[in-house]
Amino acid sequence: MNKKVIATASLAGCFGCHMSILDIDERILDLIELVEFNKSPVDDFKKFTKPADIGIIEGGCCNSENVENLRYFRENCKILISLGECAIMGGLPAMRNGIPLEECLREAYLDGPTVQLNKEGILPNNEELPQILDRVVPCHEVVKIDYFLPGCPPRADLIWDALYALITGQEMKLPYEVIKFD
Amino acid sequence: MENQIKIIIDGQEVLTEKGKTILEVARENNIFIPTLCHFMGADPKANCRVCTIKIHNRMMTSCTTPAADGMEIENNTPELNDIRKSIIELLFVSGNHFCPTCEKSGDCELQALAYRYQMMVPRFPYDFPQKKIDSSNPKILKEQNRCISCKRCIKTIKDEQGRHYFAFRNRGNKIEVVLDPDLGIEISDELALMAMKNCPVGSIIYKEKGFEKPIGTRKFDKTPIGS
Repeated sequence: MNKKVIATASLAGCFGCHMSILDIDERILDLIELVEFNKSPVDDFKKFTKPADIGIIEGGCCNSENVENLRYFRENCKILISLGECAIMGGLPAMRNGIPLEECLREAYLDGPTVQLNKEGILPNNEELPQILDRVVPCHEVVKIDYFLPGCPPRADLIWDALYALITGQEMKLPYEVIKFD
Repeated sequence: MENQIKIIIDGQEVLTEKGKTILEVARENNIFIPTLCHFMGADPKANCRVCTIKIHNRMMTSCTTPAADGMEIENNTPELNDIRKSIIELLFVSGNHFCPTCEKSGDCELQALAYRYQMMVPRFPYDFPQKKIDSSNPKILKEQNRCISCKRCIKTIKDEQGRHYFAFRNRGNKIEVVLDPDLGIEISDELALMAMKNCPVGSIIYKEKGFEKPIGTRKFDKTPIGS
């Protein structure tokens, strides 16, 4: 059997979902028999070298680079999975959605109690930097997402079962304990 | 025997007495019907619609419909479960239900129903409302963006004279459940904790008591709601 190609990305996330992938423990030895990794922080490929079968997205979209990256993944992956609460509903970064962007930047760079060195009152605004979005959006509001695995982080058993079922074409087991939102 | 009636729920014959609602009859016979706004001991309000059933092919709320002889009721069917799931999804997108940061996570009935119906993602776009959080009371924090306006706190939290601590403010989509600022100052610890417990979501938080139970020991961590 040809090895399936997997790509992963962390957008506006904390890498906790990637850590949870590693939590499949010794099953990672079974996994590398079944798959090879392409563009991913796991192997540090910056660009796709070939189309991927499965793309795993952690985190929602909070800036233009996230949106660009997500679209890049959609173009190069046959199946795209939203992994974790941030990818599914924006998660913790989306807690800023109730606060105007100007107020967020002001607090972070000008008025916050820990701001000491920004004497000139500069806000980051360079064309080299990604533009921040007015609100954090879930991945499926930007591109089509095929599957969703909730959790913060998703349980390792859920990730393993989902990947194994996808790769081998079997039906997925969904025991009660693995679907959790926290 | 005059009082005895027979109803059929999902093909199962159930004997009961007149004067009970379908939900009460189902609970007595260990038949699960999901509820959110319903609270045992308080008058049913039927505003969450999650207990919807079908009687002779008509949608009704089981918490307010009295059981009558010969009723044929559909309950645990794919169609009804999908409708219930969509109601839960709508409640999720119309508030800010950030489960990872919520003090009530694991003990939340809305979340538990989402687990039971295996909600992986809501099929509706997120609203991200921007309602004010009321933290003026010394004991209770009222997070309006999590409130599902079920009225359970209004119905059950009263003082000895029967005065309500909580009330509705505004109407329509601006409706909010608020804590009476004057009466609320004197709320006892017992009642404040009861308010947090009776809230099906994490809208009423007893201050300085959040995240008490570790993950794995909370109410719905291992057992689904209604089992």
